[in-house]
Amino acid sequence: MEPFTVHTSRLAPLDRHDVDTDQIIPKQFLKRIERTGFGEFLFWDWREEDDYHLHHPRFRDAEVLVTGRNFGCGSSREHAPWSLQDHGYRAIVAVSFADIFRNNCTKIGLLPVELPESEVRALIDFAHEDHMAQVHIDLPEQVVHMPDGRRVGFDIDPGVKQRLVNGWDDVSLTLNDEALIERYENEREIAGAGTAWLHDR
Amino acid sequence: MGKTMFRKLWDAHEVRPAEDGQPALLFIDLHLVQEVTSTQAFDGLRLAGRTVRRPDRTVATVDHNVPTIGRENGISDELSAKQVEALERNAEEFGIPLFSIRSRRQGIVHVIGPELGLTQPGMTIVCGDSHTSTHGAFGALAFGIGTSEVEHVLATQTLPQTLPRTLRVSIEGERPVGVTAKDLILGTIGQLGVGGGVGYAIEFAGSAIRDLSMEGRMTVCNMTIEGGGRAGMIAPDDTTFDYIEGRPGAPDDFEAAVERWRSLPSDDDAEFDREETVDATALAPQVTWGTNPGMVAPITDRVPDPEDYDDPGDRESVRRALDYMGLQGGEAIEDIAIDTVFLGSCTNARIEDLRAAASIVAGRSVAPSVRAMVVPGSMQVKARAEEEGLDEVFRRAGFEWRDAGCSMCLAMNDDVLQPGERCASTSNRNFEGRQGKGGRTHLVSPPMAAAAAIAGHLVDVRSFDADLVGA
Ligand code: SF4
Repeated sequence: MEPFTVHTSRLAPLDRHDVDTDQIIPKQFLKRIERTGFGEFLFWDWREEDDYHLHHPRFRDAEVLVTGRNFGCGSSREHAPWSLQDHGYRAIVAVSFADIFRNNCTKIGLLPVELPESEVRALIDFAHEDHMAQVHIDLPEQVVHMPDGRRVGFDIDPGVKQRLVNGWDDVSLTLNDEALIERYENEREIAGAGTAWLHDR
Repeated sequence: MGKTMFRKLWDAHEVRPAEDGQPALLFIDLHLVQEVTSTQAFDGLRLAGRTVRRPDRTVATVDHNVPTIGRENGISDELSAKQVEALERNAEEFGIPLFSIRSRRQGIVHVIGPELGLTQPGMTIVCGDSHTSTHGAFGALAFGIGTSEVEHVLATQTLPQTLPRTLRVSIEGERPVGVTAKDLILGTIGQLGVGGGVGYAIEFAGSAIRDLSMEGRMTVCNMTIEGGGRAGMIAPDDTTFDYIEGRPGAPDDFEAAVERWRSLPSDDDAEFDREETVDATALAPQVTWGTNPGMVAPITDRVPDPEDYDDPGDRESVRRALDYMGLQGGEAIEDIAIDTVFLGSCTNARIEDLRAAASIVAGRSVAPSVRAMVVPGSMQVKARAEEEGLDEVFRRAGFEWRDAGCSMCLAMNDDVLQPGERCASTSNRNFEGRQGKGGRTHLVSPPMAAAAAIAGHLVDVRSFDADLVGA
């Protein structure tokens, strides 16, 4: 995946809590068997709503989405991060994220940043007042440079950070430990019927 | 200090412990695969020239996309058909057992795992589906993953994982009549909020949990994710062992397995990062009125008014939800008329759920204004229900009797709500558009859904003169 180190961008404000994956990408688009091309379906059902603004030219080119609590709750569909990334977002700043969604983002190089509610509120206000306002996100330093020049730190799991900064692919990384997996299988794996018997039924 | 069940499971599956800032690597005992989240993972494997490391710990089924009626004629939706065919090809190529659309064992992935005896205490279980938490009812560590992780498990049979915190939710006391497992979990989510469990592996404990059947326990663990929890689990006991015994996947040396399983429950002196309690005796049948599962109230209540909320953000969320749901706020929940009833999903479409609903329906008729359907969780549940004559009870009352699949739980097949249609549903999500664009979902238990079908509006099942068998 593409590494994430530092990124400067304008802001796309989405002032809502508990945005679920069914809103990010509705199920009718999950039937596609490709991994790309989901961006055009992002927030599909909201597009006709009066107060939906993310596709307005003012915000269309922003690469950082700013939103509220519990973003990405609901299903495990990785199509949700795919669609956000495909639409052009490189990072999502939120008060909090749903677990599986956050995990899925980090697997594809989309950076989830958690900031306190007051800072998120400030960013949303900046974006509405001046759509040219920019943030600079520095992952190695774990700092967001706010449009008003303040620096706000954020937490991230060190292993996740290392993978994102280097753009490492998890599978290759794990396969370096193949000997450990074999040892586990030989010595500690719990015996059980497994699933092979199902072929015969 | 003693260990939690979660920690015992975690430790037993560490291929490599967390070190130098790197997450632990966990071995995965059972990988369940379905059509919607696996295609791109298999493509990734092929691209990298990799194989499936342990096809003997992997099993696949089709559920999300499949038609629940007239499947002898194949799948008419072209994209759905393609996705199902892709899984058939991938299973063949990589040597994975698959229950495809014509199999008598096909069903919703979280229904067939336990039903076949594949789901067992002490296991790590993953699936590219958030309701994998269901399997935690057996004392397994089970959680949903995304497609990149599906690919990772296919290739390595392991997953890098960061340690979640632990939360014990003790649900205590005897369930009042008419209060089911579904009401316990909806009430719990109502109390803790939809983000209340984020970052936690949750153990459900307490007398109300111990009193539940395995099916009820699965209903509780199934909706862990609706409270934000990474995994939900329940200590295995004799109820668990009795359920597994005799199933095709049960261990050959069953006694030895039971011995092993008895050591799994959390030690008495184990400490959790957080503890919550829920009073089961205070619960009534629950109904969601909004657009997430935390927007829930007892059937005897009124729909809240946005003005009841102090926090401006909450007020706005409630206003938006009521707007979408076509409600004013303040109306009695029992007065809400419905158009559709959906009895199905991995939350509530096992045999006990169907029995509980049938006991309400027996000898009555679905209200003329209501379309009602039963979609069994698996073809085996369907066959069992037919042996017991439940299909006749439902049909005679005016319900449609379908084949197994996810169906209107997420409306990826043809079973879809029309804009503005209102549904009493036994599924797990009431998000905007979940059951069809513009569709309005009220989550309820199977007996409550059955009662609503008969009455034509949401209604307190306790006012029905019927045997309220537990579910
Ligand atoms: S029944 Fe619904 S919740 Fe369960 S696996 Fe299917 S779509 Fe997901």
